[in-house]
Amino acid sequence: MGYLLQGDTGDWEVVIGLEVHAQVISNSKLFSGASTVFGGEPNDQVSFVDAGFPGMLPVINARCVEQAVRTGLGLNAKINLTSVFARKNYFYADLPQGYQISQYELPIVGEGVLTIDMAEGSKAVGIERLHLEQDAGKSLHDQHPSKSYIDLNRSGVALMEIVSKPDMRSPEEAGLYIAKLRSILRYLETCDGNMQEGSLRCDANVSVRPVGSTELRTRCEIKNVNSIRFVQQAIEYEARRHIEVYESGGTIHQETRLFDSVKGETRSMRSKEHAHDYRYFPDPDLLPLTLDPKMVETIKQSLPELPDEKKQRFIAEYGLSAYDAGVLVAEKASADFFEAVAKGRDHKLASNWVSGDFFAALNASGKTFDAPPVSAKNLGELIDLISDGTLSGRLAKDVFALMLESGKSPSALVEEKGLRQVTDTGAIEAAIDQVIAANPDKVADVMAGKDKLIGWFVGQVMKSTQGKANPAMLNELLAKRFQK
Amino acid sequence: MSKLTSLTIAEARDGLSKGEFTALDLTESHIKAIDAGRGLNAFITETPELALEKAKESDARRRAGTVGALEGIPLGIKDLFCTKGVRTTAASHILDTFIPQYESTVSANLANAGSVSMGKLNLDEFAMGSANITSYFGPVINPWKRRSDPSVQLVPGGSSGGSAAAVAAGLVMGATGTDTGGSIRQPASFCGIVGIKPTYGRCSRWGIVAFASSLDQAGPMARTVRDCAIMLGSMVGHDPKDSTSAPVAVPNFESALTGDIRGLKVGIPKEYRPDGLSPEIQAVWDRGVAWLKDAGATPVEISLPATKYALATYYIIAPAECSSNLARYDGVRFGLRVEGKSLDEMYANTRAEGFGAEVKRRILIGTYVLSHGYYDAYYIKAQKVRRLIADDFANAFKTVDVILTPTAPSAAFALGEKIDDPVTMWLNDIFTIPTSMAGLPGLSLPAGLDGEGLPLGLQVIGRPFDEETVLKVAEVMEKASGFSTRPKGV
Repeated sequence: MGYLLQGDTGDWEVVIGLEVHAQVISNSKLFSGASTVFGGEPNDQVSFVDAGFPGMLPVINARCVEQAVRTGLGLNAKINLTSVFARKNYFYADLPQGYQISQYELPIVGEGVLTIDMAEGSKAVGIERLHLEQDAGKSLHDQHPSKSYIDLNRSGVALMEIVSKPDMRSPEEAGLYIAKLRSILRYLETCDGNMQEGSLRCDANVSVRPVGSTELRTRCEIKNVNSIRFVQQAIEYEARRHIEVYESGGTIHQETRLFDSVKGETRSMRSKEHAHDYRYFPDPDLLPLTLDPKMVETIKQSLPELPDEKKQRFIAEYGLSAYDAGVLVAEKASADFFEAVAKGRDHKLASNWVSGDFFAALNASGKTFDAPPVSAKNLGELIDLISDGTLSGRLAKDVFALMLESGKSPSALVEEKGLRQVTDTGAIEAAIDQVIAANPDKVADVMAGKDKLIGWFVGQVMKSTQGKANPAMLNELLAKRFQK
Repeated sequence: MSKLTSLTIAEARDGLSKGEFTALDLTESHIKAIDAGRGLNAFITETPELALEKAKESDARRRAGTVGALEGIPLGIKDLFCTKGVRTTAASHILDTFIPQYESTVSANLANAGSVSMGKLNLDEFAMGSANITSYFGPVINPWKRRSDPSVQLVPGGSSGGSAAAVAAGLVMGATGTDTGGSIRQPASFCGIVGIKPTYGRCSRWGIVAFASSLDQAGPMARTVRDCAIMLGSMVGHDPKDSTSAPVAVPNFESALTGDIRGLKVGIPKEYRPDGLSPEIQAVWDRGVAWLKDAGATPVEISLPATKYALATYYIIAPAECSSNLARYDGVRFGLRVEGKSLDEMYANTRAEGFGAEVKRRILIGTYVLSHGYYDAYYIKAQKVRRLIADDFANAFKTVDVILTPTAPSAAFALGEKIDDPVTMWLNDIFTIPTSMAGLPGLSLPAGLDGEGLPLGLQVIGRPFDEETVLKVAEVMEKASGFSTRPKGV
């Protein structure tokens, strides 16, 4: 059995559905020509349309439509050739029109599926829908003791709301779902997935039920959680809260809740009685959105290889383990880096170096694949030097450290520092002779049966050759020397 | 009216091109007329200095040999069109200090055609009303007077009441109107002028303060059919900034006025003869049919059975859209703000003080019909009926080329009449609303006077984007009617 929560009355299962708001990568907003670049001066990127001025009208941005279709195709989802924009009406100071243009009854993308990979195997999570909508502006309540300030730069920016089915059963699954969705969006280049900047935000719908039950109990929606870890914490807290309420004879009321990441708890934002009546109706300023099937087909043809496919290919083509392949394909940049290193080389060696020393160096340096601490070309060259015997594994690690420091190519460093592995039997034997001559007592011990001391001799010879002696040859020669 | 202010646009165009007078002469004489006619309250904002400047520019263009279709013609702009640098109020307190930084597409098109704007014309608040009595800036007075008692002040109709009164009284040669359920046609009928609501999508809505987006449409109001055709040609055209603007070619509307309507079939809908229809209206309608017959057209009785639901349906759809469209007037970014202790209180104070009673009534109705639990019963059902109304017309247009009906159920009534209950007022638009619901072009032209000497209009309805036939038929009737009476009140 998977993730279960123990209550006083028995075990409980948690039921989770996620709504992810993903900011569309586009130069201009969903219905206006204003720029969407993050971090401009407040109210610098606002057109009269975004500010809801009298007589202003929305015009759909074709680029955003393409991006939504692209995402839908990436989620193996049904593309609706006719969809309708609707107005979601409510008053707030950062909502200039008094309504948000969204899609309600007929979204641009229908049902799809997303696969998450867990230790015990993969699981399909259903996608309910994807629709396009405008973002609101931002209210700043901390700029003045009694006033709120409004920044409309975000007002009108295109969002894709991607709604899952209530198919997840643990915080871990929810985390994997978000990570996978983020990965696919980044592969498709339809959303940058940056949760800190708010380009990917998540609402979690949580309910619980006794194990064995198939009912869907009342859910609560936890709004706007901005990291995977917080989503998982919020789900766990909320599930435990539900169980406590049920077990003490109470009822859960449908409501919207906020997650307080400092206290690690959720609290009520507004109850159903105070829920907005959004008065959705089709936006009369916009005609139904119709897509040319040819346009959809063209986008389909242009889709990149996505993480699931790539992972399968890496397993088949490079003989990687599912785990290693999964790690490498999580980001397109790391997969591309790996392929550049592995092409025409020892696949296992390439995989070990990329997921091992290279990832460690990448994380330690805080750099990204745009400017990696070691280039794919240099890392490939290092692997070549291992394969052709120039470097031992141990020397290669030293060279890698020098590469990180200097940014130089491994062959240049080998030349410069004379780090070439010594494979000349005579030279190694000479070094062995020296060590033996200097340590007659230790030789006697080995001969008396203390075989473990051979390791000490290996160390001494390596030391005297600055680590350059080929380890296999050294072992072999020492073994011969001490043969009884 | 002085000689220059009594000219039609077509006559003024000829006079200007022959050099008989200049745009400056025309503008100056209209400024005088506006001064003299201020009692009508037709303008909210007069812009005489700007007009004189534009007139001089127009004369300079003419000397340089570049002449637009409306070169030097003084026009008035309904104060629902946003005008760059000139206050635009929608006749509402909530916008009474609003100066747009942009120009509506239609008013920009008219300016680009060389016309001279004399200022912004009064209307019902946010174009909601049929008598121009809901304006924050006071009612507009119809220049026409009852024979029996010329002291009674009559309404000009609405919502484009300022436009209709100004055109009828010779304060401008033509004006823009907007029509959602009859707001061009009914005031045209009340003031004895011509007005056409084009097909939905003909004119860009960009920069026009929205009332009900799926119905709103701009159109010209002028003293003759030809003048309307000339103005219309300069107002229309596909606008990429309005997604509902139709990408259709712009015909030469004026050249459609051939006078030849032989063989055309004219639909006479039996449902437009309700019990209690005034005998005078019936008589004018019969006369209109006779003129068309004389000109070689054939009247055909048709049925538009869904018509009887049109008014009820309209008063669901239009308020629903208005309740959402007017949400942006919240005191946050522009226009009136009345402070409060919280954001919600500021909203409530601003909107309570900023909107008049009729606007509030429609916002409340609209909010109600869109509410959870009522949406299907009202809004969805209304949309279905709207479809049936459009289907009725589409069926009729399989056999007829145009449809002829009265424009309004009565002549202009007195200020203060019909205000006891809002539904009585709403009945004014009973003949014009079905056309709006179907998005069809509809034109009102004056067809005669009633016993009190007040004008009565007839409505010509056409196929989608067939304004040419509508104008052609209207011009034939205009000639036959010989209607050239101008109000005595001026």
